[in-house]
Amino acid sequence: MRQERATVGETAGTGRRAALAGGAALLAGATIGFPAILRAQSEAVRLGHLTPRTGFLGALGDYAVLGLEMAKEEINAAGGVLGRRLEILSEDSINPDTAATKATRMLERDGVAFLVGEISSASALAIAQVAARARRLFVAVGPRSDVLRGKNCNRYMFCTDIPNTVMVNAVGRALLRDGMVKGKKFFTVTSDYVFGHDLLRAAKAFFAAHGALHIGDELVATDVTDFSPYLLKVRQARPDIVCLNLAGNQVTNFVKQYAEFGLPFPTVGFNLNTADAWAAGPGNLAGTWPTVWYHTLATPGSQAFVAAFTAKHGKPPENHAWITYVVIKMLARAMEETKSTDSEQLVAYFEKGPSFDILKKRPARFRAWDHQLIQEAYPFSVKPAERMKDRWDLMELGPAVPAEGEDLEVIYPSREQNSCAL
Amino acid sequence: MELVFLLEQVVNGLVLGGYYLLVALGLALVFSVGGVVNLAHGAFYAIGAYLAYTIAERAGFATGVLLSPVLVALLGVLFERTILRRFYDADPIQGLLVTFGLAMIVEQLLRRIWGAAPIPVAMPQALKGAVLLGDFLFSRYRLLLLAIVALVLAAVWLLLNRTAFGRVVRAGIDRPDMVAALGIRLAPYRLAVVALGVGLAALAGALFAPIAVVHPAMGEEILTTAFVVVVIGGLGSFWGVVLAALLVGVTRGVTIHFVPAAGEAAMYVLMFLVLLLRPRGLSGERIGRFE
Repeated sequence: MRQERATVGETAGTGRRAALAGGAALLAGATIGFPAILRAQSEAVRLGHLTPRTGFLGALGDYAVLGLEMAKEEINAAGGVLGRRLEILSEDSINPDTAATKATRMLERDGVAFLVGEISSASALAIAQVAARARRLFVAVGPRSDVLRGKNCNRYMFCTDIPNTVMVNAVGRALLRDGMVKGKKFFTVTSDYVFGHDLLRAAKAFFAAHGALHIGDELVATDVTDFSPYLLKVRQARPDIVCLNLAGNQVTNFVKQYAEFGLPFPTVGFNLNTADAWAAGPGNLAGTWPTVWYHTLATPGSQAFVAAFTAKHGKPPENHAWITYVVIKMLARAMEETKSTDSEQLVAYFEKGPSFDILKKRPARFRAWDHQLIQEAYPFSVKPAERMKDRWDLMELGPAVPAEGEDLEVIYPSREQNSCAL
Repeated sequence: MELVFLLEQVVNGLVLGGYYLLVALGLALVFSVGGVVNLAHGAFYAIGAYLAYTIAERAGFATGVLLSPVLVALLGVLFERTILRRFYDADPIQGLLVTFGLAMIVEQLLRRIWGAAPIPVAMPQALKGAVLLGDFLFSRYRLLLLAIVALVLAAVWLLLNRTAFGRVVRAGIDRPDMVAALGIRLAPYRLAVVALGVGLAALAGALFAPIAVVHPAMGEEILTTAFVVVVIGGLGSFWGVVLAALLVGVTRGVTIHFVPAAGEAAMYVLMFLVLLLRPRGLSGERIGRFE
C-alpha cells in the first residue's frame, strides 16, 4: 500500500514537474512571443495582392510588385494606415484557376481586408467572382478588357488601368490625324484569350465607325514564340496597315520577328506595356502605340517618382510599377478618409468620385456607374535610335488624349456603348 | 495562288524544324547514353541565350554565339560528373525528378542574375531583312540559321558514324557490357556526348535569342517541343529525330495556314497519332513492352 502510494506520488511528481516546465514555457511565450504576434495581427492592415509573376505577363507583374513595395514602404514610413502598419500579401496568380483559389484563401484564411492587383483579364475575372461572392472590394489594377467594366462589372470591382476602348481611341485619334484610317485595309493579329478578343471587338468598332476595312485577323495562342507562319499570312494578305492586339511576350516576339522579316507594311498596336517595348530593344519597334503612362511624362509628381524608383532599382519604372504605386496610395487615402477597411464603406467612398492625384497633369476619379478610373491616356511613337538618351528612352510621348480642355470621358465607353449599370 | 501560299508555309516550316532539331538532337543524345530524359535540357538552352547576350554586349554577336555553347558544354561536364552520372540505369523517375528540380533551380538563378524582365538581344543589322527566292520570302537570319543547323547535323553524323569515337559511343549505347568486356571505359565517352548535347541546346538558345524573347522561363517553352520531337522521331534514332523535327515544323505551319488558332496544338495531335499507330516513333528502336 505504501509502496503503491509512493509510486503514485512519484508519477504525480514527474507529471507536475513536466506541467510546471511546460507552463513556464507557455507563460514565457505568452508574455514575450504570442502577444507580439497577436498585436501585429490585430493592428496591421492586411491587403491581398495577386499578379502574374511567371508566364507571358510575368515581366509586367514583376514591375507591379516593385511599385507595390515602394508605395507600402512610403506609407509605413509616414505612420502606416489608420495608425496601423500596412501589410500586403503578394503572390503569383499563375492562371485564372489558381488566382481564384488564392483569392479565396487570402480572404478566408489569411485575413486580408480586401484584394488588389492583376494584369491578366482572365485571372481578374476569376478573382472578381470570388470577391463579389465574399462581398469584398477587388481593385483590378492592370487588366484592360472592356468586359471587366462592361458586361462583367460588379459592385465590388473597380478598374484602374485604361480599358481597351480607350487604347484604341488613343491610337485611333493619332491615326485619324495622319489620314491612316479611312479606306485603308487593316489586318489584325490577336491574342487568343479574353483580353485579345475584347480588344479585337473594340478595334472592329473603331474600323467600322471610321470607314476602315478589316481584311483579316489571326488568333495567336498566348505561348507562341515563333510568329513566322503568321508573318507569311500577313504578307499574303497585303494590307495597308498591320494592327496588333497582342499581350505581354507576344508583342515583343512579334515586333522582333517583324523587323527580322523586314515586312514593308506599317504597324500600329492597340496594346503595349513599356516592358515589352524595352524587351524588343531599339531598332525593332515601329509605329504608333497607346500608353497609360511613361517614365518621361513631364509632371513634377511623375518625375519625383521616377527619380526615387530609379535611385532604388537602377532602372526606370514601367507603367505597371507606376499604376500599382498610385493605386496603393489611393487605397491608403480611402482607408484614412473613411476611417475603415470595410469594403462597403470603401465602395461607397470611391463611388462618390473623389479626385486623386495620379502623378499626371489632370487628376483622376472613378465613375460611379461602371467603376472605371477616368484618366488621361497618351499615344506614343518610336524614337529614332540616334535620339535615344539611353536604352529606356525608346518612345516619344504624344500629347495627352483627350486634349486639354476636353472632357476626360470622351475617350471612354459611353453609357450607350457600355452594358454595365451599377 | 492558294497553293503557293501553302508551299511557302511548308518551306518555312522546314526552316523552323531545323531549329527544333538543334534542341531535340541534344535531348536525344543525352538520353541515348544513359537513359535519362533530361528535363533540364531547356535550362541549358536558356543559359546559352543569356551567356550569348552577355558576351555579345562586350565582344560582338558572333563571339557570343560561338563562345556561349562552349561554356555551356563545360557546365554540361560539371552536370554529368556531379548529377547525371548517378542516374544512369537507375529508375527513370529518379532521373526525371532530379533534372526537373535542376531546371527549376536554373530558372530562378537566371531570374536572380539577369532579372525577370526579358532581355533585348540585338540582331546584327547586316542579318536583318528578307530574301526573296522566286515567290518565297525568307528571313535572311533564318537562312543562316538553317545553314548552321545543316553543318552541325553533318558534323554530328560524321562524328557518330565515321570516327573511332563514334563507334565506341554507338557500341556503348547498344551493348555497354560488351564495351566493358573489351576493356574500354565508357565514362569519358558518355561525358563527351552529354557535353555535346547540352552544347547544342546552348547553340540553339544563342541563335534564337535575337528572334524571340529572352526570359528566365524560355527553356521550359522549347523543352516541350523538343520532347515532342524526340517522341515522334523515336528514341535512339538519329534520322528519326531529324525527320520528326522537320515534320513538326511543317505541321505547325500548315495548320496555321488553315486553322490559325490550332497552330500550337497541332504537334500534340501529331504526337498522339504517332504514339497510337506506331508507339516506337517514326524510326525508333522497337520497344518490346509497347508493341
